[in-house]
Amino acid sequence: MNRGAILWRVASFAVAAGFIGLWQLIANLKLVSPVFLPGPDRAWASLVRGFSSGDLWSKLAGTLEHMAYGWLLASIAGIAIGAIIGSSRTMRTYVAPSLEFLRPLPVSAIIPVAIAMLGLTQAMALFVISFGAIWPIMLATIHGFAAVEPRLYEVARSLQMSRLAVILKIALPSASPDILAGMRLSLTVALILSVVCEILAGLDGLGHWVLLSARAFRSADLFAGVILLGVTGYVTSVAMSLAEHKLLAWQAAQH
Amino acid sequence: MTAGSAKALALPLAVLAAFELGARATHLQSDSLAPPSDIVMALFGAFADLSILAATRDTLFSAFAGLAIGTIIGLAFGIAFGISDTLNRLMEVTVEAIRPIPSIALLPIALIALGFGYRMEIVIVAFACVWPILILSRAAVRSIEPRLMEVARALRLPPAQRVWKIIIPAALPRIFVAFRLSAGIALIVAVTVEIAINPLGLGAGIMLAQQALRPDLMLAYLVWIGAIGYALNVLLVVAQNRLFGRAAVSGDGR
Repeated sequence: MNRGAILWRVASFAVAAGFIGLWQLIANLKLVSPVFLPGPDRAWASLVRGFSSGDLWSKLAGTLEHMAYGWLLASIAGIAIGAIIGSSRTMRTYVAPSLEFLRPLPVSAIIPVAIAMLGLTQAMALFVISFGAIWPIMLATIHGFAAVEPRLYEVARSLQMSRLAVILKIALPSASPDILAGMRLSLTVALILSVVCEILAGLDGLGHWVLLSARAFRSADLFAGVILLGVTGYVTSVAMSLAEHKLLAWQAAQH
Repeated sequence: MTAGSAKALALPLAVLAAFELGARATHLQSDSLAPPSDIVMALFGAFADLSILAATRDTLFSAFAGLAIGTIIGLAFGIAFGISDTLNRLMEVTVEAIRPIPSIALLPIALIALGFGYRMEIVIVAFACVWPILILSRAAVRSIEPRLMEVARALRLPPAQRVWKIIIPAALPRIFVAFRLSAGIALIVAVTVEIAINPLGLGAGIMLAQQALRPDLMLAYLVWIGAIGYALNVLLVVAQNRLFGRAAVSGDGR
């Protein structure tokens, strides 16, 4: 970064600090009832207290665990199913239209069905999160496979590579930018569905924590939980961007 | 085309037929599954007593009201940030700090501040819709042909007219793409809020059917929610093609 960019960053942080100051001012003047809006000082104190007593750590770990398991399962299944469908023209003509039809379905509507089948359990949450997160990954994989340079397939044919070898050596690397973009989208879906499942099923996690805090009108704890969820969303998406950058470095180098 | 759509229909029809036959053959007794014929009957029943139509009205009202508010706020900020690079850079940290908060995490805050009902759902939907509109309209304004802005300067248009006569028309095709994305998000968020906590609309209807151990009615709601999502998407894609033709495609990520 050059000096201009650093200065802009500093100025931008100053503006954000100004907004937090404004928030503090509104809370101090009690323009909004403190039952609904705690000041940033009280939210911060609640964060510190929660982390030092270990309460928030375990809630955070719970949410991250739900999110990670669901997302990993969705990634593995999504890439595998997407590869099977995407690598065969017959499968694409028969299956892809059904998938396109299901895509705009609000995935949370599957929650009652999952509750009926699995009850209010961890298995239900895992099913719902991975069901929701699988779509962007699977559709991106199918799309990426369909968009592979046809000449690469001709090369594979002339080398008499097996279908598995074609998938692993040609199609997957070539489709990896699409797949990683799909995985990044799914990360957000996984976080949202984790929170919803925790709220509905009372599973240990930040979603349950913010709901309980709201029910008890502990607004400082509530804001602490929401801030932590925002941080979770931010950190996971930054981590994913970094991973994307690392994993696709070979491709940037080629051009 | 007919051969193509026949192939597209083959799989879902086969699955439905197999499900129907399997359910009839085993005399299925289940809290979570029902044969397709029962689901269709339940759907007709829900239409006959108007319950599903009332729920649809509630959900769509919340979704569209939230979408409208979110669009106006997102567009105002998006255009302002697109025009003024200074403003955009100054607000960057603030925007990046609020944007990653999952919309559904605001649910408890909206709940204690506004209580159950339309208002809290509309607020959450609006929050979710602001971001795609803001980000995409900012990008759309930035990519406006610079010569158009020069024309606006040469004509000495006041800022309000510059936005209304030059910027919005030039960026409209890409703004509509953002609107289409947000409409899908609005429906998803509305249904999610209803399923999680808010006792109205389609989400509450499907939860109630589940708790009443009516798998046929529950799956009928699921099919209906899916149909609405699909219809909304088709409607907006058709509108986009009619209104903007190829102009919107360049801004479309798909």
